[in-house]
Amino acid sequence: MSETPNLIYIKELAAGSVVFEQKLIGIVKREFPEEKKEFLNNYATNAYSKAAENVHKLKHKIGMFGYEEGYQTAINFEEGLKDNDPSLYSKFMLILESIEQFLKTI
Amino acid sequence: MNCIIIDDEETARAIIQQLCSQVDELHVIQDFPNAIQAIKFLNKEEVDLIFLDIHMPDFTGFDFIDTLKNPPKIILTTSDKNFALEAFEYDCIVDYLVKPITLPRFLKAIQKAENATVSAKVETKTESSLNPTSEENELYINIDRRLIKINIPTINVIEAKGDYILIKTEKQNYTVHSTLKKIEEKLPDDLFLKVHRSYIINIKKIIDIEDNSVLIAKDVIPVSRSNRPELMRRLNLL
Repeated sequence: MSETPNLIYIKELAAGSVVFEQKLIGIVKREFPEEKKEFLNNYATNAYSKAAENVHKLKHKIGMFGYEEGYQTAINFEEGLKDNDPSLYSKFMLILESIEQFLKTI
Repeated sequence: MNCIIIDDEETARAIIQQLCSQVDELHVIQDFPNAIQAIKFLNKEEVDLIFLDIHMPDFTGFDFIDTLKNPPKIILTTSDKNFALEAFEYDCIVDYLVKPITLPRFLKAIQKAENATVSAKVETKTESSLNPTSEENELYINIDRRLIKINIPTINVIEAKGDYILIKTEKQNYTVHSTLKKIEEKLPDDLFLKVHRSYIINIKKIIDIEDNSVLIAKDVIPVSRSNRPELMRRLNLL
């Protein structure tokens, strides 16, 4: 996976407002682990339909951090899960872990 | 324009708030993590514009729109492009924003909302397709994202059940997220009567009346004391 997360979108959105930037990052830092945890729980119990809903939510954050290929992977994975096809799991997890590490640095 | 935001994802609500703050004409009155809270709010307040997430648990954005009698302008916000076609079926939807939303795309949507003459369109739609006094005499109800047509004269009874109503027709029963008050407004006065706080009946379907109840099909429907005189007045008594 060649893509890495970035803050370009968030900084553009903040338009120079450090307060908003920090507020949004704070929300993501809180929300992302919860969504990831819920996804992993559903995935572990083969509740693929619910896991697809979790991927749907996570997809927004993947897009926010500048992923393009990763965003498409999330779309494909979400569709796959709806069809009981979890084959993109490992690829998707790499994206989540990359974001998780990135969140620790900002 | 006064607006509200409905999205179960806090990140998304914060982003839309920030985008709105960059447009002088927009005033975000409140945001909501689910549609139910927004419906309660809209029962008391009017807004000009709603930013609405489609993909929410339990109650989708489209379910939400279907509960609104006169929906304001709506901009859909979603991470899913698959609903775009369905969105075009609603006159009140002025644009469709795919997350993550950028400022230029957001501004374009606001421009569309400002230009839209949605209120007039909604009014026309309501009069032509939903008013039971129209030729069709039809009512459309939303069940699992499908709009199902009901022929109004075939309705026997409508019963309130919490946040839902149970519509009993000659052939089938339907449970719909709505209120007796809302459906009462869609029904012809000469055919339907509210006989109890939880029941509206089709008076043409009455089989017999006994004290404080009426029999319709196999259902015994209570009639409250205050509504009984009006019921008796409507009947062709010998």
